[in-house]
Amino acid sequence: MANNKGHVVSVNGNMVSVEFQGNITKNEVAYILTGGTRLKSEVIRINGNVASMQVYEMTGGVGVGDEVEFTGELLSVELGPGLLTQIYDGLQNPLPELASQCGYFLQRGVYLNSIPDRDWDFTPAVSPGDTVQAGDTIGTVPEGVFTHRIMVPFDLAGDWKVESVVSAGMHNVHSEIAVISNEAGEKKSLTMTFQWPVKKAIKCYEERLMPDEPMVTKIRIIDTFLPVAKGGTYCTPGPFGAGKTVLQHLTSRNADVDIVIIAACGERAGEVVEILKEFPELTDPKTGRSLMERTIIICNTSSMPVAAREASVYTAATLAEYYRNMGLDVLLLADSTSRWAQAMREMSGRLEEIPGEEAFPAYLESRIAEFYERAGKVRLKDGTVASVTIGGTVSPAGGNFEEPVTQATLKVVGAFHGLSKDRSDARKYPAIDPLDSWSKYRGIIDPEKVGKAYGILVRGNEINQMMKVVGEEGTSLEDYIIYQKGELLDAVYLQQNSFDPVDFAVVPQRQQLSFDILYDILTSEYELGDKSEVRSFFNEIRQAFLDWNGLALDDENCRKAEEKLVSVYKSKVRA
Amino acid sequence: MQKVYTKIESIVGNVITVTASGVRNGDLAEVRGKNGLSYANVIKLDRDKVSLQVFSGTQGVSTGDSVRFLGFPLRVSYTEALLGRVFDGSGKPRDNGPELNENMIDIAGPSVNPARRIIPRRMVRTGIPMIDMFNTLVESQKLPIFSVSGEPYNQLLARIAMQAEVDIIVLGGMGLKYDDYLFFRSTLEKSGAMSRTVMFIHTASDPTVECTLVPDLALAVAERFALDGKRVLCLLTDMTNYCDAQKEMAITMDQVPSNRGYPGDLYSTLAARYEKAVDFDDAGSLTILAVTTMPGDDVTHPVPDNTGYITEGQFYLRNGHIEPFGSLSRLKQQVNASTRDDHRALMDAMIKLYAAYKDTLEKKSMGFMMSDWDEKLLRYGQMFETQLMDLSVNIPLESALDLGWKILASCFEKNETGLKTSLIEKYWPEE
Repeated sequence: MANNKGHVVSVNGNMVSVEFQGNITKNEVAYILTGGTRLKSEVIRINGNVASMQVYEMTGGVGVGDEVEFTGELLSVELGPGLLTQIYDGLQNPLPELASQCGYFLQRGVYLNSIPDRDWDFTPAVSPGDTVQAGDTIGTVPEGVFTHRIMVPFDLAGDWKVESVVSAGMHNVHSEIAVISNEAGEKKSLTMTFQWPVKKAIKCYEERLMPDEPMVTKIRIIDTFLPVAKGGTYCTPGPFGAGKTVLQHLTSRNADVDIVIIAACGERAGEVVEILKEFPELTDPKTGRSLMERTIIICNTSSMPVAAREASVYTAATLAEYYRNMGLDVLLLADSTSRWAQAMREMSGRLEEIPGEEAFPAYLESRIAEFYERAGKVRLKDGTVASVTIGGTVSPAGGNFEEPVTQATLKVVGAFHGLSKDRSDARKYPAIDPLDSWSKYRGIIDPEKVGKAYGILVRGNEINQMMKVVGEEGTSLEDYIIYQKGELLDAVYLQQNSFDPVDFAVVPQRQQLSFDILYDILTSEYELGDKSEVRSFFNEIRQAFLDWNGLALDDENCRKAEEKLVSVYKSKVRA
Repeated sequence: MQKVYTKIESIVGNVITVTASGVRNGDLAEVRGKNGLSYANVIKLDRDKVSLQVFSGTQGVSTGDSVRFLGFPLRVSYTEALLGRVFDGSGKPRDNGPELNENMIDIAGPSVNPARRIIPRRMVRTGIPMIDMFNTLVESQKLPIFSVSGEPYNQLLARIAMQAEVDIIVLGGMGLKYDDYLFFRSTLEKSGAMSRTVMFIHTASDPTVECTLVPDLALAVAERFALDGKRVLCLLTDMTNYCDAQKEMAITMDQVPSNRGYPGDLYSTLAARYEKAVDFDDAGSLTILAVTTMPGDDVTHPVPDNTGYITEGQFYLRNGHIEPFGSLSRLKQQVNASTRDDHRALMDAMIKLYAAYKDTLEKKSMGFMMSDWDEKLLRYGQMFETQLMDLSVNIPLESALDLGWKILASCFEKNETGLKTSLIEKYWPEE
């Protein structure tokens, strides 16, 4: 079955139809042999003895009659130690190695080893005679700061007996480290790596848990007002120029997780380059090591083949689940899921499927749901709790959220961070619209207080709208104060200066401290005579608050700035 | 591969179908008939049915015309002899010069490995203050000029082609009015810039298929020059015509349209072209500046919308000048820290004051009293518009910065500008 052959009968863009003999499997990988190169492709439809395949490369030069080799394997990634710090394309081809082999350009049909061929310091965790199941740890190797578990492949069903296991010491990643057998007498030789089909979620855990622990991003508006939970999902839609990618980069740097996987899917290559050049220079505040050591980048930028773009988010999800099964918290950031959806649309068009809204295929919603459902907080067999959190950006056409991808995504995520053009035009960053956005998760600060502060923001906005009609004169002093309170909350708390060395990342303790003071300001009553006094009073508070925001807690002036802020607002509080 | 097929089975839109074997996707063919010779390329294979799009259109193509497959895809010659020449959308000379056949290179080649890209580092000087000073163009940047019909976008491009400090200009014209083509040609010839320019021009009356080939030809040549160490600026006008040609072809091919009739792969198609912009570590660079006219001045129209998601900022050309608001060069911060120490601060301060001028202008038009401050702003706004925003201004960045200080000094007191004292001490012109 694995050596099935066929030949090309038609070519239409990146879809190629192949006539075959024997049996083939849907979604199995095949190679088209064209002019000395092997083009990777995937079977996506079978009709009689003709298979439609999407080709992960450009199809120029493919001709009718070209030979096709079926592999019998589904599209898979290789899992094992050495994945961290790598930069892959959508099919897990390591890009730096590709560059050293092929030069500046991405040559088609070149597929390299995904996992670097090197030795690891292996420590066995089982002994001969032990019984193991899929997902159990055979041994460990140190990968950077992490203990990388070498696990029994996830697809082995039932109980297996360890026949032999190598002793502690250096072993090659591809050499045999253990032999296991089952009751049927089947024997398996295990290495440190194994393959896993990307479109299949890894299930080897005891149970899924409620995502109830906040994933701290150090961005105030998110952690306090629109929190994301470990194991949760969130999406960031926004028009171009609203700062989606900058927000994701900030999150990938500062998020309180063990491992970050960035799937740059169909976006600008220049943005990936910034990560590639910056991350090795930055340190991970959690471990003190280079940020790159906790990062994997899956990079299928907009000019790379479309079908591989479709695969890239699944590749990323599979790597995330693999590290989750070692008991780690993983964050997967996909930028942008709209480009992924468009890749599906292009393929659907070539298959001549009946189109849904805006020509997206009818299965768009279920595919999006399937993808986000791969997030989750789980309890593993050994009792450790681990999680995969997924955050996806959406690039809606014309910045209008009433389009299929945004709407399908909103149905399945736990938090919605909608970016607004108005806010980004006014240079209010991060440009998350606090009034439109929502989150179903619990944040780091008492929800009741957050709710009250949010109420003031909403009311302040209403008054602002009203004021545009009736003018400042027609607004009562009480209303005007509420409006100023709302503006203050926005200016000193929701907005955050990502270029400021202190303000760009605010730890939870600091957020709590700031929020407590802010909350007191917002809920106090003031002795103020007229509107101009109100305005200058709040300007003064804002200035003092911003000064304080810019000072690190261990800075000697920080305490003074805080005292100044408190004395400024306390001076006018009504007794 | 020299077999000639003489039976064309169907002719739909610009696409013909013949029964042939041994043909490869993307291959070029010659279609010869009463009307002479035209080229076509293979866009679809279905068993022995081969669909080709005919570059010069199918008008006058007969079922009895002969089709000869050449066994290679569309190529373009890459030599020094390209400079100063003008070609059409199928790569044939438009200027009575000889056809070039040496060193043929493939078009629409693979994209650059992201791992080999570098962070942009050099600015492209254009001599236009609204670009150099306020939205610096950076080598390897891809930037559209969003405009509407009637605006002088081609004049702007011609000016940039003459003034930009680069080695090679590659101009790709799509759906150009013949007058515009003549304008480009005569302007560049007069200024002497033609000797460093290659043009691929498709005019509005040329066949649609050729329109879709222009960016690929232009970018393939530009990329080669960049690999040979040249700093190349590729100017494309007008990308909306290109997208409309893509739309026309997709619909005649019975593809399902996605948004306002445009094909679902519009984003990928545009991205594959724009992403050719690159800065090679140890060779030259390719910068792309492309006019995109917005139908109905609507930035949410699929063409400008998709473009905005791909490019690194945009210039808005409205009322004859580059708008200071909305226009954005996302890469400017990579270079403008190292131009001159007052560049960033002065740019921000001048834009803020110009925004204040706009508010004042609005107040004035509503009949409000003008205060002293308002009068100052009005004076400033006038000077800003005539001395810096006008497209005909051609001064180097340093002079533009000095001019900025001069304008500020002649309108405002030092403390009204919001600039840091240290900069004011250094640059404020003393009378």
